[in-house]
Amino acid sequence: MLKILQIALRNLLRYKRRTLLTASLITVGVVFVLLFMSVSGSFKNMMVGQITDSMLGHLQVHRKGYVASIDNLPLTLNMKAKAVHRLQEILDRQPEIEASSPRIKFGAMFSNYTETSNVRLNGVVPEKEFATVPLLSSRITEGRKTLKRGEILVPALLSKGMKVKVDDTVVIIATNKDGSVNGRQFVVAGILDGITGPGGRDGYLHFDDAVELLRMEEAEVSEIAIRLKNFDSLHSFSSRLEGIVAGEMNKENKPLFEIHTWEKLSPFFNISKMIDLMTLSIKLMLTMIVLISITNVMIMAVYERIREIGTIAAIGTLPGKILSMFVVEGFLLGVFGAIIGGLVAMALVKIVNIAHLTFDFGQQKDLLLVAQLHPKDLLFISITVIVVSVIASLYPAVKASRMDPIQALRHV
Amino acid sequence: MTFIVAKDLEKSYQVGEVMVTALKGVSFTIETSSFVSFIGPSGSGKTTLLNLIGCLDKPTSGSLTIGDTDIRSFNRRQSANFRGHSIGFIFQDFNLLPVLTVYENIEYPLLMVQNTPAAERKKRVTELLEAVGMSSQSSKYPDQISGGQKQRVAVARALVTNPKLVLADEPTANLDHETAYRVLELMKKMRDELQTTFIFSTHDQKIVGEAEILYTLEDGKLISRQVKGEAHHA
Ligand SMILES: Nc1ncnc2c1ncn2[C@@H]1O[C@H](COP(=O)(O)OP(=O)(O)O)[C@@H](O)[C@H]1O
Ligand SMILES: [Mg+2]
Repeated sequence: MLKILQIALRNLLRYKRRTLLTASLITVGVVFVLLFMSVSGSFKNMMVGQITDSMLGHLQVHRKGYVASIDNLPLTLNMKAKAVHRLQEILDRQPEIEASSPRIKFGAMFSNYTETSNVRLNGVVPEKEFATVPLLSSRITEGRKTLKRGEILVPALLSKGMKVKVDDTVVIIATNKDGSVNGRQFVVAGILDGITGPGGRDGYLHFDDAVELLRMEEAEVSEIAIRLKNFDSLHSFSSRLEGIVAGEMNKENKPLFEIHTWEKLSPFFNISKMIDLMTLSIKLMLTMIVLISITNVMIMAVYERIREIGTIAAIGTLPGKILSMFVVEGFLLGVFGAIIGGLVAMALVKIVNIAHLTFDFGQQKDLLLVAQLHPKDLLFISITVIVVSVIASLYPAVKASRMDPIQALRHV
Repeated sequence: MTFIVAKDLEKSYQVGEVMVTALKGVSFTIETSSFVSFIGPSGSGKTTLLNLIGCLDKPTSGSLTIGDTDIRSFNRRQSANFRGHSIGFIFQDFNLLPVLTVYENIEYPLLMVQNTPAAERKKRVTELLEAVGMSSQSSKYPDQISGGQKQRVAVARALVTNPKLVLADEPTANLDHETAYRVLELMKKMRDELQTTFIFSTHDQKIVGEAEILYTLEDGKLISRQVKGEAHHA
């Protein structure tokens, strides 16, 4: 086996330029894929982070059926106090949860005493909300980064349209689920930058104020947003939690709660999906590059060495050994391409990070692009390249091993 | 002792629409340790015959046994095994592997065909290098040595496995007369030392004198058999 490796290596060195060319083609492909993966991966993670950390949370629990009509913010589909209590008990027992925040969501009229407009509001417990969506405070561009009772955080678009400034007094008028109307004055605590996606232009007020405004006898909650300690465990946790709350039934013996991860709640998930799809197609392209270039170079190698193949076959080398000589050659080409490509990609990722590239996403400006090359990806791509190289050299190698020694020796 | 027996060997090739018959009923016997040459003009069927004896090809009809083995019954793998263990090949164009050194070329059949242990390999290769007078060139590559030297290496490669039979198809065609003569001397010397049977083909009248038994082929038929020297009679 060592000899086969040695022979393959020497044959590769025999056609230095061609070997170099093929290896560099693979290298370029590997570098491109790894760079794309590291940049788009970090971009994606950052986007997802922005969305989950400034508004949605990692996942949310609602009363069954709420999300289907979430656009209307139906007060009738809020979770009753008893259900909220039960749910909170369950959530408190889950060690994976870092923070959770109950929200009362409702539509209201917003008045600055001269004009009126519609607004969607969230009644939140400030400490819990800021812990569950830590980037919320960074969205407050003017005013205080806190929310006390009697205060309201006004979305930027509304504040501009209604010419409302920090510390102004506004009136919020809401209709409760029984149809009775109630109004209250609030002081503008801060202006909130809007972000893309549902709920990105909502205002915030204190949970207890929402309970009062809506004249709830007992606090009813529209949703509980949850932040996990480890984002990567999202799906396993979400399905586990689903299993746990599945046992919670209402009086008609129907499930009480529904759980949605951020992906089901944000249209950005499609963009994230698209990035994944692009990554996949680029990987496929790399596979094709490797497949075609290795097959091509190995077919040439076999063709050039027909007489050598005839010689070793004539003197009794078994077909399997001839096959492995060529497969090992393709394998080595793949290994070279993967190793050099990996090294170059690592260097380039370093450079990207040193260069401090920034970009804008919606209202967020100057987000730092941090390219991250995961060892897992590096390993996966390297193994893919090597495996594809072996597969690509199989066909030429089989041809070589099946050659008739007489025909091969007659070849000029 | 009789080693090879050929009876009514025929070999035809289909070339497009026509059948080309390269061998038209060839019969002969060859004794162990003999030094045999098939001579004849180009196209007379020498290569075809040596390919049959060398288990590289099968006769269209007739029988051929080598050391009591009927080689017509072999499948591909059996043929390859038989060649690897019982036959040494010497080619007109030397056919050394360019990526291997002289030493490695000689070692090749032991390592890649017979899986001989390292110590034994080293002993055999060193012996053969010595015998063909190439010890001082052992780490050179084929493109660094002359044609005559290449053929010496090829002789060593053919003999390193200690085969019963060595086949050489026009081994001297690419060598000048002086060198050709020396290579044949070397082959004869090896035959004397190892008692190997040598069969070679040539169309060169000048070196024919080196053969001890001389078969003349013409147009696929054996037309004469001459015996020279004293030791070998059919
Ligand atoms: N593989 C083949 N296919 C077709 N014809 C062949 C083949 N090998 C040899 N021949 C023909 O058989 C005849 C004998 O060829 P060959 O044995 O090579 O003669 P020599 O070696 O004496 O020159 C020639 O007419 C040649 O064209
Ligand atoms: Mg010939």
